[in-house]
Amino acid sequence: MYDAAIIGAGVIGCAIARELSRYQIKACVIEREEDVCCGTSKANSAIVHAGYDAVPGTLKAKLNVAGNQMMEQLSEDLDFPFRRNGSLVVCTKEQDPAGLDTLLERGRANGVPDLRIVDRNELLAMEPNISDDVTCALFAPTGAIVCPFHLTMALAENACANGIVFKLNTAVTDIQKTSDGYDVITDQEVISTRTVINAAGVYADVLNNMVSSHKLTITARKGEYQLLDKSAGSHVSHTIFQLPGKMGKGVLVTPTIHGNLLVGPTAVDTDDKEETNTTSEGLGSLSAAAAYSVKNVPLRQVITSFAGLRAHETGDDFIIGEAADAAGFFNAAGIESPGLSSAPAIGVMVADMVKTYLGLDAKDDFISTRQGILRPEKLSIDERNALIHEQPAYGNIICRCEMITEGEIMDAIRRPLGARSLDGVKRRTRAGMGRCQSGFCSPRVMEILAREVPMDISAITKSGNGSQIICGRNKQI
Amino acid sequence: MQTYDLVIIGGGPAGLAAAVSARKDGLDDILILERDKELGGILNQCIHNGFGLHTFREELTGPEYAARFISQVEELKIPYKLNTMVMDISGDKKITAMNREDGMFEIQAKAIILAMGCRERSRGALNIPGYRPAGIYSAGTAQRLVNMEGYMPGKEVVILGSGDIGLIMARRMTLEGATVKVVAELMPYSGGLKRNIVQCLDDFGIPLKLSHTVIDIDGKDRVKGITLAEVDSDGKPIPGTEEYYSCDTLLLSCGLIPENELSRSAGVTLSPITSGPVVNDSLETSQEGIFACGNVLHVHDLVDYVSEEAAQAGRNAARYVKNGSAPSDRTIEILPTDGVRYTVPRYVRPTLMDDKLTVRFRVGQVFRNCSITTYFGDELISRRKRQVMAPGEMEQITLEKAKLAQYPDLTQITIKIEEA
Repeated sequence: MYDAAIIGAGVIGCAIARELSRYQIKACVIEREEDVCCGTSKANSAIVHAGYDAVPGTLKAKLNVAGNQMMEQLSEDLDFPFRRNGSLVVCTKEQDPAGLDTLLERGRANGVPDLRIVDRNELLAMEPNISDDVTCALFAPTGAIVCPFHLTMALAENACANGIVFKLNTAVTDIQKTSDGYDVITDQEVISTRTVINAAGVYADVLNNMVSSHKLTITARKGEYQLLDKSAGSHVSHTIFQLPGKMGKGVLVTPTIHGNLLVGPTAVDTDDKEETNTTSEGLGSLSAAAAYSVKNVPLRQVITSFAGLRAHETGDDFIIGEAADAAGFFNAAGIESPGLSSAPAIGVMVADMVKTYLGLDAKDDFISTRQGILRPEKLSIDERNALIHEQPAYGNIICRCEMITEGEIMDAIRRPLGARSLDGVKRRTRAGMGRCQSGFCSPRVMEILAREVPMDISAITKSGNGSQIICGRNKQI
Repeated sequence: MQTYDLVIIGGGPAGLAAAVSARKDGLDDILILERDKELGGILNQCIHNGFGLHTFREELTGPEYAARFISQVEELKIPYKLNTMVMDISGDKKITAMNREDGMFEIQAKAIILAMGCRERSRGALNIPGYRPAGIYSAGTAQRLVNMEGYMPGKEVVILGSGDIGLIMARRMTLEGATVKVVAELMPYSGGLKRNIVQCLDDFGIPLKLSHTVIDIDGKDRVKGITLAEVDSDGKPIPGTEEYYSCDTLLLSCGLIPENELSRSAGVTLSPITSGPVVNDSLETSQEGIFACGNVLHVHDLVDYVSEEAAQAGRNAARYVKNGSAPSDRTIEILPTDGVRYTVPRYVRPTLMDDKLTVRFRVGQVFRNCSITTYFGDELISRRKRQVMAPGEMEQITLEKAKLAQYPDLTQITIKIEEA
């Protein structure tokens, strides 16, 4: 019998798990995919918003600003990349600059620090590639960029180190009320628990509706992105948003924490909660949309495209709290943007509710920090050589585009909740994330996975069961 | 810091031929740096034959062709380091490299030859929409899996792009028991060699659909199928021509991109057309003492031409080490126009050049019964008739030093394709 079963190992589920692991609790995280960070958390803008967007008084407003404030310390404690690059909302000459004032006032009401309007001259000094039509912008110095993979993994690994059990490859099929809590029925086992925490992203409505008569409707809102080579990564240095106008919310152009340039997203609602495909219309629309704010975006240097699904709830705010007619069933639902930014604060908020409900006591031996995968590129040559002397695998480059060594890949596989697939290795180390998109390194990463896990090479997948890379030996198919 | 007269970045066909040639020209102090576990580069996975017809007058497989050069490197006792990744090259020819045994180390070179080869254009760079399942490989990755590791990446295959590796892999996958359903090519002509279309597609009854592209990829875990559509003259899919192919594998053979990240860090000027360095008649880049050859310079059709070009780079690098920087000379620009996309080299120094200089280039479309014409200024110098010219095959002309000497005021040579 678990005290808590968290459904969904995205950034929200992992943030809640990590916060709950501060207490004396027996808890698990249930995830249908083979790894953490496989849904909305892996395919988004990777932005930590400043917090001027949401309407004052909403959960989105409160948790965004709180999450933004927490993120810096969290990145130090849990060793994931995070940088306050500042964000700009730009206004073009066809638009009414009063729209920026509205955002400014909203931001101030939400408690966003240091917001101000910058004129075109100042803007040009900050961003030389800003579009010729842009007249002014709202500048938010606390806007930031983060690696959503590493953030989620850091939370998960730290939760794991503090005793939270992760049940991967486990899909929830039903939830049944019992006398002392719930039975979570999965395709693997029945998990009995006193409380359930619903952090199931676009499926949060399905889970809620299994136990509550207060029905939720979550619509998957698809966003398509293009990721550009690092050679384009300095085209802008701030995150450039567009003032919403007749063209909709517009797209953003931003450097990523790893030095690429990201353009997107589109916004199209879909009935299919699995529809993560890109489309020619969506990708084709990005270049014109980006040009409103930034000129000469070198989209020819695109290295990959992807689509993510935001979990949009009809009420337009996060749904966080115990379902009114289902004691011990807590929702963290409708977590669309600014969900990534709010994740640390949502983790605390939900953990507090569960703590109170269960009457949990704090743990004496909570481990508050976590060490990320060692990045030799951050070492001096002498330190690096000492490392290679000790572990020669750190001298062996596997991914030539991102210069990732065998040592880093071994670390990614060997650590708690380690990588078991090519995508798992990629999200942890960036091997395969560069300009050749794993053309050269995938056979070598497969060899390392086969050796380290260990597993048969034919069982190696791109991203879990059904996505096997090879189908047999030569002449044996 | 270690020092070498000449460091060659890459131990594939270009690097090997450059090393052999520099040594034969009397240069002793040479080092080859190779990132893979053996010399030979991509030739090691090209187990089909057809290599060496020009160089050795016989048909060799890729590994056999590489072995001819590797054995010369061994006989000439040219040192090389395997499993060694070059991390950086500076403009003053300082190389930072790394391997398991030596750790990270620096080398000061008097001359450098860039011979890093190229990479394949990926699905992402091609902007193919759809899901992102397993089962999408560049043709070269599939070639490595099948030919070097012995694993089959799929059973039912569609190939996008009719580059040579794609054509070769169509045959290879068929011979290993897979079904290749179709090869689709965006352009109205193939990007590969004619002989490969005949021997790898026609002989196996594999259809080639020109002016077609993949407009959707189906399958969330593993590829389940792809949708092909015909494209118009702008390359845009034509509605109503969509055709679904069920398959578990999509191979991509849609062009090669010279790998010039290191060249860029060394400050070498690159051509936007070839994506390779801009070079003069000695294959020297914009950075003095840094030379380039092979697919890092421009993508070749035949390895024989790589070897020839690399030997030239090796000779010139040896000369540079022995004589230092060249005396100043006039520079004549070679201008590609009217169907000629680019030339290598781009600049000629008429008094310093070899007696005969091969200028290689590609055309931008298929030409039938046309001529390659060369102009010195406005004066027509040569006209050579060609029955067929296609973008998939390199073309060349030869410039003679003696002839150029007759034009002391010449500043520009133009190469064109004209009606015969």
